[in-house]
Amino acid sequence: MARIEAEVGKPQGGLMKWIDDRFPLTETMKQHITEYYAAKSFNWWYVFGVLAMVVLVIQLVTGIFLTMNYKPSAAEAFASVEYIMRDVEWGWLIRYMHSTGASFFFIVVYLHMFRAMLYGSYKKPRELIWIIGMLIFFVLMAEGFAGYLLPWGQMSYWGAQVIISLFGAIPGIGDALVEFIRGDYSISDITLNRFFALHVIVLPLSLIGLIFVHIVALHHVGSNNPDGIEIKEHKGPDGIPLDGVPFHPHHTTKDLVGIIVFLMVFTSVVFFAPEMGGMFLEHANFEPANMTATPEHIAPVWYYTPYYAILRAVPSKLWGFILFAIAVVLPLFLPWLDRARVRSIRYRGWMYKTALTIFVISFVALGYLGLQKATDANVMAARVFAVLYFMFFLLMPYYTAIDKTKPVPDRVKYHE
Amino acid sequence: MSEDDVDRIDRNRRHFLTVATVVTGAAGAGLAAIPFLSSLQPSARAQALGAPVEVPVGSLQPGEMVRVLWRGRLVFVLRRDADMLARLQESLDNLRDPNSEVAEQQPDYTVNETRSVKPEFLVVEGSCTHLGCAPLEDFEVRPSENWGGGFFCPCHGSKFDLAGRVFKGVPAPTNLRVPPHRFVRDDLILIGQDTGAA
Amino acid sequence: MNKSKSLRLPIAIAALFISVQGLAAGGDVELESADIDPGNISSLQRGARNFMNYCSGCHSAQYVRFNTIGKYLELSEEQLVDNLMFNAEKTFETIQASMPAEDAARWYGTAPPDMSLMARAKGADYIFNFLKGFYLDADSPTGVDNSVLAGTSMPHVLWQLQGYQRAVIEEHTVDGVASHKIVGFEHVTTGSLDAEDYDDFVRDTVNFLAYISEPIRSERRKLGVWVLMYLIVFWVIAVMLKKQIWKDVK
Repeated sequence: MARIEAEVGKPQGGLMKWIDDRFPLTETMKQHITEYYAAKSFNWWYVFGVLAMVVLVIQLVTGIFLTMNYKPSAAEAFASVEYIMRDVEWGWLIRYMHSTGASFFFIVVYLHMFRAMLYGSYKKPRELIWIIGMLIFFVLMAEGFAGYLLPWGQMSYWGAQVIISLFGAIPGIGDALVEFIRGDYSISDITLNRFFALHVIVLPLSLIGLIFVHIVALHHVGSNNPDGIEIKEHKGPDGIPLDGVPFHPHHTTKDLVGIIVFLMVFTSVVFFAPEMGGMFLEHANFEPANMTATPEHIAPVWYYTPYYAILRAVPSKLWGFILFAIAVVLPLFLPWLDRARVRSIRYRGWMYKTALTIFVISFVALGYLGLQKATDANVMAARVFAVLYFMFFLLMPYYTAIDKTKPVPDRVKYHE
Repeated sequence: MSEDDVDRIDRNRRHFLTVATVVTGAAGAGLAAIPFLSSLQPSARAQALGAPVEVPVGSLQPGEMVRVLWRGRLVFVLRRDADMLARLQESLDNLRDPNSEVAEQQPDYTVNETRSVKPEFLVVEGSCTHLGCAPLEDFEVRPSENWGGGFFCPCHGSKFDLAGRVFKGVPAPTNLRVPPHRFVRDDLILIGQDTGAA
Repeated sequence: MNKSKSLRLPIAIAALFISVQGLAAGGDVELESADIDPGNISSLQRGARNFMNYCSGCHSAQYVRFNTIGKYLELSEEQLVDNLMFNAEKTFETIQASMPAEDAARWYGTAPPDMSLMARAKGADYIFNFLKGFYLDADSPTGVDNSVLAGTSMPHVLWQLQGYQRAVIEEHTVDGVASHKIVGFEHVTTGSLDAEDYDDFVRDTVNFLAYISEPIRSERRKLGVWVLMYLIVFWVIAVMLKKQIWKDVK
């Protein structure tokens, strides 16, 4: 073994040493990859973080190639998208990957956040990872919103019109703020151009920066696991956590399997159902923006609809906006709302399990309702689910404190 | 089997699978790169816009020149009169490449005394072979300057004769490029297409 | 973690994907299925002919190039130029309407929309029913109205083929509010095609419109099969590698 390593090490020894004398390459690789220990008991809920990075790369690469052919002006935007779809070699594939990637970004991120709720990954000492993660979520919502205006279709225009005018609800500064965001008296070429700058430069850079510190914060504390125990509390004589395995090669090879399965689902959509029944590419957006005709039914893209349903459920424009904002921001406070002494749902009592189940049902139901027309029945149902959504958070200090928990084991539960 | 044997088999299997994974992954990555790189090639619209251009020359008078754009590039179509054609044979010694020996600068069928398909009609790109400025027409004959008419580039002073051939002693290294072209009819030139080419 | 638990998540996600088809809220009108066959090249050829002859007078398909159609519909350049290109000269040109847009807007009140993406925006069924849904209406400037798009400015351009029909209307009163619904049509005059042939005519045309709304469709589906096959192979190798690496973890 040693002989092989020396032989393999020799030719590279020179180059690696030259680099290491000037840059912490080997040190970083050891600290964050080959000697970063994470629990051996990760289940498939733990793949969504790395999948989010994969989707980020997909969006960045496809995005770059789209900007090479897209024209960010009201006069040319819609036609430039069709140019990409029809005239640019493989343009259709790049476009579909980007539109599918946008939806998958949210699927993956929602599941990634849910993992944290299942296993208490936001609890001390990981609150900051959670806060940064929530900031990533807010930036991602803005990124999707800015991006959706760019094709300049009917839904692009009218969806933006509706959401931007929401800010007009803010008393006093509302109207000025709306004009400030738009850069014009109505959504126009000016708005489109600045949203292009936001979508291509400002927000992606912010996203990359936030994701970097998100991972730095994670590695500083170490990853959580499905049992919610700190693996660093039980180390072997060599200082390595007994329940840990090195990130490389164990988690890299396991994540690779997860990534390939993800790509199977992703490419199935890209090649066989890129519109996803009008959910990923909305039908109305195949018509160019027409300032004189509002589409029969305006709905935001599916990943915003849970919050949109809450907004529509409130009869007041101002309070609808406020509650919508609160609904988005509320999960930020989970580390402090959750009073349980245990992290993982495996050791929590029936109250939290019931509450979380109701929360999931409410979130999905709100998402569905947000896609539908605002009939009286739908609004009524949305109100019920909105209340349940808020109660999950607001009552949490109470029910997590009194919930009867199970004893947490010392070591993780691992089955081969 | 001893433990060493098991270890060895494990290591070999691990090595094999690692190589298999890396090779498969690299192959996939390479194939995935193809659409992105291909997208950088001229699109269908570029190809459409780069299509051959028709130039009607029925009303072009001897001595007259028109400028057209083909693939975004300037092309001169000059109908040379009898004097101009006669003067093509003078001052051959002053030219760098009088016999159009630099093959890239013109199609085979224009390697002749007039650098054209039909003697009268000169079709050349209006792009100086030095650094690409558009040469100006200068058809005035000035015997005192030994100038029989041709093209003059204002950027660095390169000079070309009435067949687009470059003079010696100027920065431009080669004759003006002749684009592929053919006569669809006697009064209609198609620039960008050869005879027989699709 | 035992097997049944690890399958729960993928099954849930698959169920979610399948169930979302059709979730996006649609219109209220019931539409007969157009039943188009995108793989039927003859149908598409007829549809192309129908479109150029009956529709391209007013409607452009400004993002569609003739050479794209010619290649997919297996037409020679001569067939393409002779049968489909009336005003265009070069095969790389796009389908423009014969009628100038501003004139059309003035004469009909609104410019006839471009057809490149209509099938993706409204759906093949919508267009199928639209073209079959013209009925006589004395109050309309064109003499007709449409069951799918009430108040349409489009005249019944296919009247010679279908003839004219009258709408059969049912009155309902719900909660004191009167409403009427079109439940069928009755022929008033006959056209050169009987009902079945007219249906086929419209179906071919709609098939063509569906094709031009996304010409790459059939190629992308074929490519998808190859991509999935590659991923399955890659997956098998990756699983074996993972198991080998994790073999000694207890």
